[in-house]
Amino acid sequence: MSKRIFTLIALLAIAASMMTGCQQKQTEIKIAILAPLSGAVPTFGESTRDGALLAIDEWNAKGGVLGLKIVPVVEDSQCSADPAVNAANKVIDVDKVHYIIGEVCSSASIPMSLIANEKHVVQISPTSTNAQVTLNADGSVKPYTFRACFIDPFQGTVGAKFALGNLGAKKAFILFDQGNDYVRGLAEAFEAAFTAGGGEIVGKETYVKEDTDFSAILAKVSEANPDMVYLPDYYNIINLVTAQAKEKGITAPFMGGDGWDSTDLDRAAADGGYFTNHYSEQDTRPIVQDWLQNYGEKYKKADGTAKVPDALATLAYDATNLMLAAIEKAGVDDPEKVKDALAGLTWEGVSGRITFDQNHNPIKAAVILQVKDGEIKYVATVAP
Amino acid sequence: MEKSTTAPPVSFFQRIIRGRWIGKFMLAAISILVTVGIAFKASQSPALFFQQLINGLQLGFVYALIALGYTMVYGIVRLINFAHGDVFMVGAFVSYFAIANFQLHAWPSAVIPEINPVISLVIGTISVIFLAMATCGFLAVTIERVAYKPLRDAPRISALITAIGVSFFLEYFGALPFVFTSNFITYKRPFEVTTWYIQNGIHHLEAGVEAPTGSVLFSNILIIIIIISLLLLASLQFIVRRTKVGKAMRAVSYDKPTARLMGINVDGIISVTFAIGAALAGAAGVLYATAYPQVVFWMGITPGLKAFVAAVLGGIGSIPGALVGSLIMGQAEVLSAGYISTPMRDAIAFTILILVLLVRPTGIFGEPEREKA
Repeated sequence: MSKRIFTLIALLAIAASMMTGCQQKQTEIKIAILAPLSGAVPTFGESTRDGALLAIDEWNAKGGVLGLKIVPVVEDSQCSADPAVNAANKVIDVDKVHYIIGEVCSSASIPMSLIANEKHVVQISPTSTNAQVTLNADGSVKPYTFRACFIDPFQGTVGAKFALGNLGAKKAFILFDQGNDYVRGLAEAFEAAFTAGGGEIVGKETYVKEDTDFSAILAKVSEANPDMVYLPDYYNIINLVTAQAKEKGITAPFMGGDGWDSTDLDRAAADGGYFTNHYSEQDTRPIVQDWLQNYGEKYKKADGTAKVPDALATLAYDATNLMLAAIEKAGVDDPEKVKDALAGLTWEGVSGRITFDQNHNPIKAAVILQVKDGEIKYVATVAP
Repeated sequence: MEKSTTAPPVSFFQRIIRGRWIGKFMLAAISILVTVGIAFKASQSPALFFQQLINGLQLGFVYALIALGYTMVYGIVRLINFAHGDVFMVGAFVSYFAIANFQLHAWPSAVIPEINPVISLVIGTISVIFLAMATCGFLAVTIERVAYKPLRDAPRISALITAIGVSFFLEYFGALPFVFTSNFITYKRPFEVTTWYIQNGIHHLEAGVEAPTGSVLFSNILIIIIIISLLLLASLQFIVRRTKVGKAMRAVSYDKPTARLMGINVDGIISVTFAIGAALAGAAGVLYATAYPQVVFWMGITPGLKAFVAAVLGGIGSIPGALVGSLIMGQAEVLSAGYISTPMRDAIAFTILILVLLVRPTGIFGEPEREKA
């Protein structure tokens, strides 16, 4: 009997200590940053971490969120499913994190999102473009997972809008690689938006990624005489096609997506071409200029000069800001309320004014860049 | 011998299966259909049709230079040298480094500043081509000595597998970061592209100006490719037909042991054959990269395969056959891309191969295989 009483007292004591634990004033809030710091794409991971940490620093300098100090928990998730799952389990179970920024790669973000939704932790992927990141296999939305980047086909829609509005194009020709999901996605979205906007698709040709001779296709482009040519492939194809197009006397501008964004783009061949991208450092909005300056002050290259943030750093910065803004809007450290706040949030980010659609994809503007005289120039910001 | 009357009568269906005329019939039916289809579309826009013919011509001549290497080596050692396409790639890279890093295409004006720039460019470009040819020739002789010669008396399949191994070696050795890297590299052409258009005479097309509708365009690249290809073909034909080395090559191709008994240095002749074939591939590499300005370590695979098909189509072992086969391949590819379906272009090109081989198993110019040695 006395033993049983002793057990009861012990249990009560434990319960009481837990109660007091809860009643103890919370002083900090943890945000996990899961990024590929090793593996195939470590530079992506470093940019992502740096962008997210800068956002946390800025919030802490302003007094944190809900009066709580924000503590980052950084883990290496290696752009791969298994390490990503381990990292997510570790931050949730050991560090008791309720909010995750990550991953960069879709292949890691998707398994991570399953854990986040099972354990009711809010996740924002800064840069994963695969539709399955925010959607279940049956097409229903994952309630706890969001992303900060636009998904691929969106660029096609914005491209069509720019072509119709800014370029005044009426007739477009589409060239695309049938075997590449990214390219086909952009091309289909462009076609749908361009025809819906009153434009006419005067021709559509496909090729395969090993092709080098585009003369037959370009002869058809020349014959169709379009106002612009949509070619949403990667820079290597762009280099070949635009070089051959110049020789065929095709002056209609080429346009594509962020696959053009490479230092290896042949700027002489692609001269006059346009492409959509997440953000441009030449954007004159004050938020962009502040971001550039703060990032450059905090992060230096090996030679001491300021680093210029890339799209990954920018999107990680936006993703972290979105998360913190949602926590502030919810007014409480509760993933349940934060996810609802996030879904209804409007936030002015570096990569544009962001709101979420029903699939937790951001609705935001894309920037249009032009290749001109060996430079990449900012042309416009186009909202969908 | 008279046929035995007791043999079971051959049914109509069996005759179709056994006879080659099913191939002939299909070839005839498909070619009529395709010709009618293309003729109909061509009549709607003759300019586009001629433009496509010119595009096909440019591609065909480059294939011809590669196909010659296949056909020569096969004609003499009965080896399908699958590393040939990668030798072609090496030629393109050698010329890229010669131009981009050493300005070899501009050496005459660097040595003699007052030289006419056009002459300088002509000499410079020829030097680049010669350098690529020499490097490839040397490479091919090395490959032959290291990989093929020890296997000369081994079963033919061993040499074939070795050739595939050499091909992979060249590709992935080239892809190493300190060799050619695995990047797509924009090729710097030795000369600027100039385009002309034909419409009531020949006019120069200014850069950045739209080509007038209904005109047919051609560029200096096309002219240079045709001139250089024809020059190389003529020299090859001269070497094979008119020189002692050529005579020895032909002798080796007919009968190796007898050629050796006649005092011909068979190994030396085989090396020369590899060198000449590879030199042509090197020249093709320069011309191909000039026409389609990008180099990457796997660039030799597809053109190599197509040229091989062209060589088989023309009749492997036959030099005129390689040229004719390549021109047919070039036109087939461009016309099917232009009029039938772009993703199907290779499928169509290879279907042509199958149909031609059904009718003429030895190819257009091929002779029936001499079972010797």
